[in-house]
Amino acid sequence: MITEQHMINKPHSDLATIDYIESVPQAKLRFMYEMMLQIRQAEGKIADLVSQRKIICPCHLYEGQEAVAVGVCASLEREDYVFSTHRSHGHYLAKGGDLKAMMAELFGRATGCSKGRGGSMHLAAPDIGFPGSSAIVAGTIPLAVGVALSFAIQRKENVAVSFFGDGATCEGAFYESLNFAALKKLPVIFICENNYYSTHMPISSIQANTDLYKRGAVFNIPSTQIDGNDIIEVYQTAKAAIERARNGKGPALIECLTYRWRGHVGPNYDIDKGLREQLEVDWWMNNCPIKKFEEMLLKEGIITDYEKRHITERIRQQVEDAVVFAERGPFPEFEDKISQVYK
Amino acid sequence: MRQLTFAQAINETFHQMMDKHENVFLIGQGVISPWYVGATTVDLLEKFGDSRVIDTPIAENGITGAAVGAAIAGMRPVVVHPRMDFMYLAMDQIINHAANWYYMFGSQVSVPLTVWGIINRGGEQSSQHSQAIQAIFAHVPGLKVVMPSTPYDVKGLLVSSILDDNPVIFIDDRWLYGIQGDVPEEIYSIPIGKGVVRKEGKDITLVATSYMVHEAEKAAELLGEEGIDVEVIDLRTIKPLDEDLLFESVRKTGRLAIADGGWKTCGVAAEISALISENIFEHLISPIVRVTLPDTPAPASSKLEKEYYPTYKNIMVAVRNMVKKA
Repeated sequence: MITEQHMINKPHSDLATIDYIESVPQAKLRFMYEMMLQIRQAEGKIADLVSQRKIICPCHLYEGQEAVAVGVCASLEREDYVFSTHRSHGHYLAKGGDLKAMMAELFGRATGCSKGRGGSMHLAAPDIGFPGSSAIVAGTIPLAVGVALSFAIQRKENVAVSFFGDGATCEGAFYESLNFAALKKLPVIFICENNYYSTHMPISSIQANTDLYKRGAVFNIPSTQIDGNDIIEVYQTAKAAIERARNGKGPALIECLTYRWRGHVGPNYDIDKGLREQLEVDWWMNNCPIKKFEEMLLKEGIITDYEKRHITERIRQQVEDAVVFAERGPFPEFEDKISQVYK
Repeated sequence: MRQLTFAQAINETFHQMMDKHENVFLIGQGVISPWYVGATTVDLLEKFGDSRVIDTPIAENGITGAAVGAAIAGMRPVVVHPRMDFMYLAMDQIINHAANWYYMFGSQVSVPLTVWGIINRGGEQSSQHSQAIQAIFAHVPGLKVVMPSTPYDVKGLLVSSILDDNPVIFIDDRWLYGIQGDVPEEIYSIPIGKGVVRKEGKDITLVATSYMVHEAEKAAELLGEEGIDVEVIDLRTIKPLDEDLLFESVRKTGRLAIADGGWKTCGVAAEISALISENIFEHLISPIVRVTLPDTPAPASSKLEKEYYPTYKNIMVAVRNMVKKA
């Protein structure tokens, strides 16, 4: 069973950060809290809708991993790029994607963010630096490197972030990307969300060495492993790496230890399938990134109990509104049209 | 007009396009190598520096993916695979990513990427340094495929490929590199999707791609002396095919032979054959004939190569048989 004993903090001197909540601006803390709540509530709602067969496309849910997407994206500008995976809802929202458009996409509507042609695995919000998510494992890691290359050629101060899971570190594309990014000192941040499972396989079944952050050192990339459920640690570490990249110092690899509450795909927990133990899932749900953050915010007086309830209700309503928007949207018409395939 | 070789025309295009457009860059294996890409990249590194002329580690998938990413971010990269065979390692990025991107995300983000693949055959290089896989890419929705055969066309089509907002597979053949031809000094473009009649004729339409165009022209000349009047069409673009040009020609001649440098099964010739029979069957007075590679991988020994690669002689035999039957 995978629990706290597996979590070891391995800071790299170039990425070492101060883990104090006081050093983070309050506005940023509140923003991150609300964003995590939005993702959590949206994913929960989507799980229900999948169970009710109102959403048909395969949904790979992000519940439990919110601190990673939110903590990293909180330091990104609109013109920075994020690339994500089949499990893209959290990154899409954290980067600033529209919740209504995402919901409509899951419902296969023409009002969806990909006009009904992508589904859950292929969300896009190009106006805010989320040009599309891909379901080929490790498929977007080279894309992020390429965007970073374009920034370097044009001498821009923007960065590209590549989110991927532990499974992706088995793919050749991962190594090709790290090598090239390090060689050319490209402004790309590699975020490995190690949730200990690749579809149905536990990490120990597929990785000869489970210290994934160590793979960056091979290419002289500053790399670290952090508690992916500690929003402050994620925020501070990512911020340091992003600023370093903006200053032309090259890439970084941050392994974030976390856990997805639901199974690989859909609303169930993969316990029924014998892939994970109830005790393990329970442990991680108690190690909830939002609950821990909330307790800290309340304790520090950054939000009050009243505000918490108010925010929660507002977000609940947002999610409901998104579902209404989605269900009301028209279905796209099938057209064998050249103009849909070629610009 | 001054004459350039095919390779020189490519070189000039890169110089001019990279000079005019800051977002054009060249990336791939061997761009600064003296042998990998012939003489096509001479002086580019000196003029534009290593941020825009990027030789790379041997990582076809990762590097092609980086080119795709740079295109998504608004650059106009040209990624080169000095032997087309190596493109297989990048199929995921070319097809799952670049080809799908525009459609998959509701026609919002396009990938203005040029993927340059060189058919490197002959010289006893055998099966992995010789393939002509235009048919594989032509099959995929979202890609365009061009195959210029002359110095004039290679400049015009390379310009169009770079300026196209979609992923274009730009395929040439090292056997073309020494061919000389008229090339205007200014930048010009040839529209993608338009073929050209190289020689007019009334007895049979002979469609050819890339290097086979020159074999077809030679065959046509010799067949002319035998009293067979061949119309030679240089396809120039494989995808999208210039259907109007093909239909117009076959309506006139009633006979069609296709000479393509790929393998027979499911090749470009098969597609053209189906297209003609679907659309203008009533104009055909003879079955359609294909002159292609046999369905075997390429050999090494020169003796085998001579029999493997079709030439004007194979084309002439095929055409004579068609005309005789009628």
